[in-house]
Amino acid sequence: MNLQQAKFEYLLRLGDSSLIIGHRLSEWCGHGPILEEDIALINIALDFVGNATSLLGYAAQVEGKGRTEDDLAYLRGEREYRNLLLTEQPNGDYAATIARQFLYDTYTFFLYEELKSSKDETIAAIAVKSHKEITYHLRHTTQWMLRLGDGTEESHQRLQTALNELWMFTSELFDMDEVDGLLINEGIAADLDKVKAAWEKRVNEVITEATLQVPVTNIKQKGSREGKHSEHLGFLLAEMQYIPRSYPGSKW
Amino acid sequence: MSDSQWPLWEVFVQGNPGIPHKHVGSVHAPDAEMAIQNARDVYTRRSEGISIWVVPAVEISASSPEDQGAFFEPSNDKPYRHPTFYKIPEGVKYL
Repeated sequence: MNLQQAKFEYLLRLGDSSLIIGHRLSEWCGHGPILEEDIALINIALDFVGNATSLLGYAAQVEGKGRTEDDLAYLRGEREYRNLLLTEQPNGDYAATIARQFLYDTYTFFLYEELKSSKDETIAAIAVKSHKEITYHLRHTTQWMLRLGDGTEESHQRLQTALNELWMFTSELFDMDEVDGLLINEGIAADLDKVKAAWEKRVNEVITEATLQVPVTNIKQKGSREGKHSEHLGFLLAEMQYIPRSYPGSKW
Repeated sequence: MSDSQWPLWEVFVQGNPGIPHKHVGSVHAPDAEMAIQNARDVYTRRSEGISIWVVPAVEISASSPEDQGAFFEPSNDKPYRHPTFYKIPEGVKYL
């Protein structure tokens, strides 16, 4: 694998995760538990889709085969998608959405903090812009973690259940392979061991403050690097890609 | 979307440094911190401001419409109270 291939792969991983979790959040549009929260979630969804547009646009440019960010988003099948398994998990109830989002926001908060000093100027520029947005995302989901966890007996129980069910998808966030190794050597990618230490500390603090238990599991779901996804991604892509695939090249 | 049980907060946004916060509307929220976040999402997405205040709507005391005559009309025939006899210095904005 050469540097260009590694960079393309790395950008797909970052971009796909943003796109898929952004799409998941957009499913709340018009269904939020309260108007203000509906607006907040869709704002966050838009931030992710914007971030994905930048990353996939750059990926297409790095690939150099004349594809665009739209081609990458709408014309790849699920085996070609590189998003983390956590990001494609269904919205569930509001606690499940908040738990998923909190775990992922904490991850991107520390990941993009590292990427701000990437030696790749485009990645660094995207990271600087995104980190401001992510800081707000994390603040929002942290506040909800505290309120639901330390809220009523039911909200506490629902959030604990959500954390327990999602926990097996968290170890994958920090897996590194040849792609990461190559790019870390070049000062382009983030060292996920460093991100993991910061993530664990913050997540444990918030979960404890929210009067919840940090889940324990030996199950470590992985596979997104090879395009092996949970059963949920195919349905998500079917909905997201329906129009561009049914009406190729159509514009409005 | 069901009706909110959360309290109402009035939102004030400051557009630029040095000028007053201006009432822009209201949001529902369980507490002040969430009210500020909700206000941020509803009212400042398009660079409308640099600072947000939220105030519990129940904490605002207001004059009543019946008081309008006694409160405000006596000043109508006292034009000398209006600051129309001064020149506003050039370069003063937001007056």
